[in-house]
Amino acid sequence: MIEVKGVCKAFGERQVLKNISFFVEKGQILGFLGPNGAGKTTTMRILIGFFPPDAGQVKIAGYDITKEFIPVKKKIGYLPEHNPLYPEMTVEGYLRFAARIKGVSAKEETKRVNTVIAECGLEGVRKRLIKPLSKGYKQRVGLAQALVNDPEILILDEPTIGLDPKQIYEIRQLIKSLASQKTVILSTHILPEVSMVCTKVVIINQGQVVAEDTPENLTAQRGQVEILLKAPTAKVKTALSRLPWIKEVNTKQEDGFCRAFVKFDPSREIRPLLAQEVVKQGWELYELTSKRASLEEVFVQLITKEAS
Amino acid sequence: MRNIWILLKKEWYSYFASPIIYTVLSIFLFLSGYFFYSNVAYFSLMSLQASQWPGAEFNLATWVIEPLMSDMSIILLILLPLLTMRLFAEEKRQGNLELLCSYPVRNIELVLGKFLGCVSIYALMLFFTLLYPFLLWWVGRTDLGPFFSGYLGLLLLGSAFIAFGIFISSLTENQIVAAALTFGLLLFFWIINWTAYITEPPLSKVFENISLISHFRHFTQGVIDTADIIFYLTLIIFGLFLALRSLETQRLRG
Repeated sequence: MIEVKGVCKAFGERQVLKNISFFVEKGQILGFLGPNGAGKTTTMRILIGFFPPDAGQVKIAGYDITKEFIPVKKKIGYLPEHNPLYPEMTVEGYLRFAARIKGVSAKEETKRVNTVIAECGLEGVRKRLIKPLSKGYKQRVGLAQALVNDPEILILDEPTIGLDPKQIYEIRQLIKSLASQKTVILSTHILPEVSMVCTKVVIINQGQVVAEDTPENLTAQRGQVEILLKAPTAKVKTALSRLPWIKEVNTKQEDGFCRAFVKFDPSREIRPLLAQEVVKQGWELYELTSKRASLEEVFVQLITKEAS
Repeated sequence: MRNIWILLKKEWYSYFASPIIYTVLSIFLFLSGYFFYSNVAYFSLMSLQASQWPGAEFNLATWVIEPLMSDMSIILLILLPLLTMRLFAEEKRQGNLELLCSYPVRNIELVLGKFLGCVSIYALMLFFTLLYPFLLWWVGRTDLGPFFSGYLGLLLLGSAFIAFGIFISSLTENQIVAAALTFGLLLFFWIINWTAYITEPPLSKVFENISLISHFRHFTQGVIDTADIIFYLTLIIFGLFLALRSLETQRLRG
């Protein structure tokens, strides 16, 4: 659905994107992560055709965004980071304008506007001016604007910013419910949001993709196994470190017990090996748990690794 | 075409929702009304005395219509930059330009939507002043020809102001900067014919002909010259072309 290949972009001397490539399939919700200044917004602006990439190719629904931008843009719904609106317009007036300018026909206009007003919970404010609305309502108007042309592709730059917890929950449910028919790219700083909503994650740092995977794989790969044994601590560390695919073993003395944290090559299954080793050594095994890393840990690991 | 119409309607919506249009419109009508009144009053005073000078030329065209049109053009020189200043500057400041660019709209449609939106507001302003020729016709049964050529001139002149105003508005995010720059540029090309008096031909001819006012004078005298019409149309197209280019380069720079 969305194919980004070798995209580079520089503003003057500053190289913002260095060879970015990723792929989003139809129906996926892509979480687009990265620290501030990593190039998230620049990538999104290239996707919506605000400016062309210096090099590389962006294909959306089979169209090259730089060449055939009118048909592509009809399929896109975009919510920019700062959610620009026309404060002097009413909610309904603005949504009608957005619907028409995005190519919704006069016949469909009223139907689409009513649908998004209902979906985004704007029924109570439809006749009011946008200017005095609260930030949460403004954010919903922005989202309604993105949805009003029933886009196949939804590009959202920090959609839940400034909302209260209940609204955040509602917006997330809305995005999830859209996922079956739409492809969504979601940029955010809120990592739990990504684990809750997204089916795929792309992490970028300093203009480069550092990870592209499902959230499950990302967190599982960087997890560790924790074991609780009755055994001499010093021996545990040397014995376990000798096993294949082990990256790092840390141990801790806990009144008579030894707790070991084992980091390993994520492509391998090491739990049976650990169990065998414990039996071979004649230690008593009390606990063996596999722990996933949180997305925060993965994120920080990837970002700091890149930096060093 | 459809997109231009949608954008034009949005401009109207924005104009009437902001206090700028009401302020500009009432100042324009107040001042032009005052000039109309004083010109007519002066004319009636002079025509009484004229009975003592047989053979002097006294008609409404040279005594009322011509000065009124010149006065109106000067009011517009000051007021129209206030209508054009927000057009792109405000879109840029609020970040709406980015969103507009994600819509299936061409740059040229954006520029033309803004231009026609503003020109139609300006035509509305002129429409209210049609009261003056009507009054003269009603009272004086005067020949309205110079009025209509004058209005055509005002429309062309104002559209050229607006085209350059849009270009300058697309250069900045600040409305005051846009208004001041537009006013400065227009005033400069207004009075550039002064240089013609102190230079020799052929240079003086050039200065005379690029001045905004020297082409306008013919219209107020009741002369519709294709050279003047083409001069203003060229200016309009040039101004819109610059606006379009400015929009395109800004998108490239981000």
